[in-house]
Amino acid sequence: MSTEDLRIVWIYPDLLSTYGDRGNMLILAARAQARGIPVETIEVRSDQRLPEGADLYLIGGGEDGPQALAAQRLNADGGLHRAVAQGSVVFAVCAGYQLLGTSFFAKGAQFPGLNLLDLHSDRGPSRAVGELHGVIDPRLGLPPLSGFENHGGRTHLGPGVSPLAQVTTGIGNDGTSEGAWRGNLLGTYSHGPALSRNPALADLLLRWATGAGYLPPLDDSWAERLRQERQLAVQP
Amino acid sequence: MPLRAKVASSVSRTAAALSRAAGRGDGSVIGGWIGLKIDPELLTHLAAGRSVALISGTNGKTTTTKLTVAALEGIGRVATNAFGANMPTGHTSALAKAGSTPFAVLEVDEHYLARVLEETRPRAVALLNLSRDQLDRAKEVAMMAQMWREALANHPDVHVVANADDPMVTWAALGSPAVTWFSAGQRWHDDSWVCPNCGGAIERAGGDWRCTNCPLRRPRPQWVVEEDGVFDPTGAWHQVKLQLPGTVNIGNAATALAVAAQFGVRPADAVLRLSTVSSVAGRYAQVERDGKLIRLLLAKNPASWLEAFDMAEPAPTLLSINARDPDGLDTSWLFDVDFSPLYGRRVLITGDRAYDLAVRLHVNGIPFEHVTSFADALDAVPPGRLEVIANYTAFQDIRAELDRVN
Repeated sequence: MSTEDLRIVWIYPDLLSTYGDRGNMLILAARAQARGIPVETIEVRSDQRLPEGADLYLIGGGEDGPQALAAQRLNADGGLHRAVAQGSVVFAVCAGYQLLGTSFFAKGAQFPGLNLLDLHSDRGPSRAVGELHGVIDPRLGLPPLSGFENHGGRTHLGPGVSPLAQVTTGIGNDGTSEGAWRGNLLGTYSHGPALSRNPALADLLLRWATGAGYLPPLDDSWAERLRQERQLAVQP
Repeated sequence: MPLRAKVASSVSRTAAALSRAAGRGDGSVIGGWIGLKIDPELLTHLAAGRSVALISGTNGKTTTTKLTVAALEGIGRVATNAFGANMPTGHTSALAKAGSTPFAVLEVDEHYLARVLEETRPRAVALLNLSRDQLDRAKEVAMMAQMWREALANHPDVHVVANADDPMVTWAALGSPAVTWFSAGQRWHDDSWVCPNCGGAIERAGGDWRCTNCPLRRPRPQWVVEEDGVFDPTGAWHQVKLQLPGTVNIGNAATALAVAAQFGVRPADAVLRLSTVSSVAGRYAQVERDGKLIRLLLAKNPASWLEAFDMAEPAPTLLSINARDPDGLDTSWLFDVDFSPLYGRRVLITGDRAYDLAVRLHVNGIPFEHVTSFADALDAVPPGRLEVIANYTAFQDIRAELDRVN
């Protein structure tokens, strides 16, 4: 293992991998390798200690029971908190996104979150299932978010975080805003392989994780066609 | 049968026949829908007096149902929903259409198992597997296992035939006091790392599994697949010669033999009848067109894609993906499938959601060609075999182009 490798940790795939979440790790690794950046991907099961000092941590979606278990084990482990304090990047999706906040609801009860982002989640009136599109915070310099959501929660942002996007189709946090970010931490309800439709977001995470101000462009023509197709599909 | 049920049954048959005659479908849903409108208890009435087997699970239902029908036909006529219409409307249509039969074998959608158990009072129910499938609308895997467990606990008189290799199925089946276990192997493990009983970690070694935190562990199976055959509970080994490809179908055959044994059919007799099954609602069917030998494989979720790669021969392969209502609207599962078994083959892609697949294959590093239709795919490949792997509605579209092959 070389310290020059980009180290990507996928947190608890045994608990939080319900909707193709592996895709985000595969996409980040492929896009780094395509730029000649050596990558090490590490899948950490929930009965293992979380390695510290990795550059990028991924948390996926999952069912209620595993989500509550993941929160308990991550809080007990403490490794993610130390990594964040050292400036590591975190990208979290769906149940994983809710985990980053102060509390969330699962199995009808409130559970403490990881307290890494100023937000909390509760139950919504209905399950949010379908296309999720939005205009991303202009400070991030990204094209619109394109994704698919499937969650029963609603998320309320405190003053310490910014919404990732303003919703144009779907529900996201609450029908208006979607996702959240602060510093190197970013969460979204665009679930599963969210980066497959958002290659520019993948590159933003890679720039954060490597410190590179610029990454040479890749051939994203299929992802572009997919984005256009989904955009057309949600137009009234 | 009460008069209302007789009327409902008769109208159901007529409606199904009209639907077929009008070319609107195979009539396997509409007849039952009308029949149940007239008499909501029609399915109960139609099932009464028959010995019923139910087959449920995420994958392999239709095939296992057809194999079980073949096994039971040695001892009497069997009513069945052969076209995969696996909700109560489909069951009602199938039983109404079949008239009086001593036996019925019904494929049951996982979500409807509790209701169909209640209404048909089966002698046996086979539980094949539980894995992620159309998660944007389906119940999540652990919830489904919980529903099954409760339903089976409510019917202790029903004999359960269950897959010991699947922790979710095992836990659900343990709701019943009467279980026969089979082992058919399980290629897909990603939905059963967490113990459904206690939330502990499931540990796997070889074919065995156990919870690291509670007593739940793999039961010792009485029916075991080994190579191209099946051991029965007496320890006798029966070679299974199928026209269907893949090791997964040997497992489905083992399940059919275990179910048939509950009806008194000896495995040595049943196993010969299984070889008569050549295709299942178009699945595995081979069609010759313009010098091309086309084989259709249905793969509708990550677990069944792994099985399809195992069945497909190294030949040009067309992948077709839709995301219409019956498929589930979400294509995220594409990233749960490792397409690397396709390395080195010529790969073509099509379907409503071909671009989702394109992005997936691109990340997987697999070269592909995008074609806009099945016809274009046929034009693009040389004479010889063409493997077609498609998800549900994509499969139906291609089957329709090939004149509804069976």
